[in-house]
Amino acid sequence: MPVEVAGPRPRDALASWARRNAWTMGLVGFFVLLLVFTKAIQPTYGSAGIQFLATSVLPLALAAVAQAVVVIGGGIDLSVGSMMALTSVISARLMMGQSDSVSVAVVLGVLALGVVLGTINGGLVVLTRVPDIVVTLAMSFVWAGFALLVLERPGGGSAKWLRDLVVGPLGNEWIPKALIALIVVVAIIWIPVRRSRVGLSIYAIGSNQLAAFRSGVPVGRTKVFAYALTGLFSALAGLSLTASTGIGSPVPGPYTLLSVAAVVLGGVSLAGGRGGIVGPIVAVVILQLMRTDMTFLSINTDLATVAQGIILIGVVMIGTLVQIRRARA
Amino acid sequence: MTLTSTDLLLEATGVSKTYGAVVALKSASLAVRPGEVHALMGANGAGKSTLVKILTGAVRPDAGRIVVRGRERTLQSPADARRGGIVSVYQEPALIPDLDIRSNLRLTETPLDPFRHWLRELGLEDVDLSSLARTLPLASLRVIDLARAMAIEPDVLMLDEMTAALPANLTERVLEVIGRQRGGDRSVIFISHRMIEIGAVCDRATVLRAGETVGVVDVNEGSEERIVKLMLGQIAEGLAERTTEAPAAEARTVMQPRLTARSLSSSSKLQDASFELYPGEVLGVVALEGQGQDELFDILAGADRPSGGELLVDDTPVSFRHPADAIRAGLVYVAADRAEALLMQRSVRENIALPFSTPVGHWGLLDLASEGRKVATAVATLQIDARAGREVRRLSGGNQQKVTIARWVAAGVRTMLCFDPTRGIDIGTKNQIYGLLRDLADAGAAILFYTSELKEIQLVCDRAIVIFGGRVTAEIDVTDADEASLLRAAYNLRSDAVIPELVAAAAASESEPAASESEPAAAESEPAGAESPAAAVERSHPESRT
Repeated sequence: MPVEVAGPRPRDALASWARRNAWTMGLVGFFVLLLVFTKAIQPTYGSAGIQFLATSVLPLALAAVAQAVVVIGGGIDLSVGSMMALTSVISARLMMGQSDSVSVAVVLGVLALGVVLGTINGGLVVLTRVPDIVVTLAMSFVWAGFALLVLERPGGGSAKWLRDLVVGPLGNEWIPKALIALIVVVAIIWIPVRRSRVGLSIYAIGSNQLAAFRSGVPVGRTKVFAYALTGLFSALAGLSLTASTGIGSPVPGPYTLLSVAAVVLGGVSLAGGRGGIVGPIVAVVILQLMRTDMTFLSINTDLATVAQGIILIGVVMIGTLVQIRRARA
Repeated sequence: MTLTSTDLLLEATGVSKTYGAVVALKSASLAVRPGEVHALMGANGAGKSTLVKILTGAVRPDAGRIVVRGRERTLQSPADARRGGIVSVYQEPALIPDLDIRSNLRLTETPLDPFRHWLRELGLEDVDLSSLARTLPLASLRVIDLARAMAIEPDVLMLDEMTAALPANLTERVLEVIGRQRGGDRSVIFISHRMIEIGAVCDRATVLRAGETVGVVDVNEGSEERIVKLMLGQIAEGLAERTTEAPAAEARTVMQPRLTARSLSSSSKLQDASFELYPGEVLGVVALEGQGQDELFDILAGADRPSGGELLVDDTPVSFRHPADAIRAGLVYVAADRAEALLMQRSVRENIALPFSTPVGHWGLLDLASEGRKVATAVATLQIDARAGREVRRLSGGNQQKVTIARWVAAGVRTMLCFDPTRGIDIGTKNQIYGLLRDLADAGAAILFYTSELKEIQLVCDRAIVIFGGRVTAEIDVTDADEASLLRAAYNLRSDAVIPELVAAAAASESEPAASESEPAAAESEPAGAESPAAAVERSHPESRT
């Protein structure tokens, strides 16, 4: 039996990269098809549409990244939406009418708050050993309650520089700032994490907690770190909500469950240990563009929600079937 | 004698199965006559488990014919195979842990009276059927599984490594019951790595190698040699050499022990374990099931804390609160169960890199180039077949075990704690692991090596300690560590005592209550019986594999 010893050849490396990321590539292909379809049903769809898509997608994309991190680590966080609402109203209330320097401090403070919220979630999961789904569901009520205490009804405001960071084009009318902001933020936070010990540890505890423990991975600490990271991304999502809408809203949107949907559609295993964060981001864009298309087709919005659910199941089902077939072939 | 297919109970011909690029079965055939116990043999990766899965309907073959009692069948699912009269018992218990035994039986529509009958036959009378499966000991679950399978009187009963987790006395009972099935109308397909069991109960053996049936052997005196030759193919000669050179034990010079255990204890299982482990040696640990060896290894690996005693590494007292502490002190653990050690959905590379031996560069980032080199070296050293390396779960059992060892080799081993590292692994891989452990020891590592196969002690170790009732009761030099004396020591019998099968079984069942009463010395006063002890032991353990 021949034994492969040396490192892979470049072409093999490319092929294996493609195989590893087959799901994400498939999603990107699906997205391109969807764009073509959009252009077909709405010939006027162009740069303005892309700009709108990017801006409206930003908060949900960050929420999906937040959810992906904790799901990869074998957990789940049902308080993502509430954390977004809380960080959004705090930033909107504190920033309204303040100078730039104050608003910078507010942004940094809110990001730190996100880390704290996530750490509390993770700490409770690790210390109490209550199932994560219960802890984070309960905490979602707590965070949502605080959000209403901070701001009873939608209001507040966003610093102009923050708004300018995510709204509008950058240079070329086809390049939305929101997309650049998303890529920069995610790259700055996720790439160092993924490449360091703690990144592999997150995958390890999600994949096999006992094996991770036996290999010397600090399981509890890693779990808390994953939740803290989820809190940080949730805070970023909350901030982007304030920035893109210009106000803070205390009522959590449908972000929590949509983030879970995006994570699943993005190829992250709910059992943990598998998947990345690019998939969920692409999945979010697809979900948003599908909604837009249904508006173009003037489908009743309630019906559009039904269709979205069916498409979600359908896509995941087809993907699973393809994987099963490939495993058999 | 010519056989037409109607004379056969089960006949599989030309069965093949590929998973992606990996050919699991090329062309396997199996013919089982009514009333025989038929062994299915083959090294790991030979395709045994794939063939079993196909015969039980869990996996569908790409090609091939399966004929049961003269009728061709397509087995769609395990339930389908069951209806066709093929039932199997696996190495892992198939009982739902959160249901009681009665509900588990109802789940498979097993009639109660025959079940009770077989339970009695198998020597397990006092099982409360309303107890939850999870509360019963593993050995009882195995026997319950078997009784449940026998109760529905299948045409073909398939036993896949089912004796692997059984203590000696239950194994004997199981083999006896299986042996009594011979000559009837029904058949048993028996899979085991233990040659002695094959010799004890099987009529014929089908040998698989590299996905093909390479021979069918009548089991009798001397057929073991043939079976081993068939299983190994052309590499058989190389193996014989390796095994003779293995116990190259240098005399230990006076030096500082790497590891010193002083009166380690934990709950009631481990009472008073004291020993020293020196650099450059492989120290064997011999014990019957449940003598406290599990607890000892958990303590050494940092997974559990001792309730008493002292542990010293390089003459410095240590106390581990987490496996990470043990790893930092250079104590690394290789488990028998790969599922305890590996990230099954992750790559070979990530699994090897997991203990973080790779240097951390600027900003806390891993040095990926250096990690890659280390992984490549480890993969080469252990000759891991990493073609399916993207996900470790696709590797064969032997290759998986190599990955768990490779991660520590990549990290630079100082002290390795091996807990039955060769359990359920084929002979070729076993020999590679023996060689590797010797090489590591020769390079200065200290290795503690627990094994359930006594034969391995002489192949790998320099000396061995015996644990009985939670205490280290003996130390044996490798030159005296023949299987007979090891077994005697493991049962804590005087060196001139006899171990006829019945006494051995009695000692095994006595050791359990003794351990919990913290007065485990009872068995020491076992009277010495008859005249030729060595002969008796050899008769009951004629296992010769190489």
